[in-house]
Amino acid sequence: MTERVIAGKEVEFDEQGFMADYTEWDKDVAVELATEIGIDPLTDRHWQVIEFCRSDYEAQGDAPTLRRITQMGGVPTKELYKLFPKGPAKKVAYVAGLKKPSGCI
Amino acid sequence: MFEDKERHLCIICSKGTLDMAYPALVLANAALMEGIDVTMFFTFWGFDMITKKKMDKLEVTPLGNPSMAMPNGMGIPNMMSMLPGMTGFATSMMRKEIAKLDFPPVREYMQTIADGGGKMYACKMSMDMMGLAEEDLFEEVEAVVGAMEFMEMSEDAQIIFI
Repeated sequence: MTERVIAGKEVEFDEQGFMADYTEWDKDVAVELATEIGIDPLTDRHWQVIEFCRSDYEAQGDAPTLRRITQMGGVPTKELYKLFPKGPAKKVAYVAGLKKPSGCI
Repeated sequence: MFEDKERHLCIICSKGTLDMAYPALVLANAALMEGIDVTMFFTFWGFDMITKKKMDKLEVTPLGNPSMAMPNGMGIPNMMSMLPGMTGFATSMMRKEIAKLDFPPVREYMQTIADGGGKMYACKMSMDMMGLAEEDLFEEVEAVVGAMEFMEMSEDAQIIFI
């Protein structure tokens, strides 16, 4: 576990570099985490994905797979790769304050 | 974790059975989700994965496959696997299991890979051998190329042969 100051507050990260406690997340944290990995600015479509992932995580206890985001979150695959280029699965979870996704799809 | 390292994976798909198509599909898609460039090269029986008329009908046979068991865990004797209908039975069983895990059917999976930026190429020799034309191939196939061209495009890539 490591602690870093993100958007003016102490945030804990797990060994894999993802937020340890998703309740420490807020929109300012998301903006800073996104900027850190080169996603700037966050558009409405980014937020749609992030919000879907967070509510799905609350319901399921696991970061959703990309397939789940495309099928239930209403953002097609092509767009997802444009919004979160080069490795969308982990980038989405990172910005949304969730654990590293474990699904294979 | 998110550093921009250039990594390129080439997957050579040489088999057309359901159980050999999925490992390629899963790996290609997983690589894209991880930010790795993906090139798929379809050759010999792997051509079935990109042939419009066949890609929705890939099958798996229990014949000569000791790993293939019935849902109750019992093995399937080869004598039984020879019977008509056994391939269809095994295929429908596997398709159901795949769907249960929320993995898409072959065509949809291929489309997902293409949408994620995966590049697909067909082997020229296989196409000639099977008497197919470009219009017989899945729309997302970028081009029909020879083995030497594949060597060029896979330079410095990691290669998986399935």
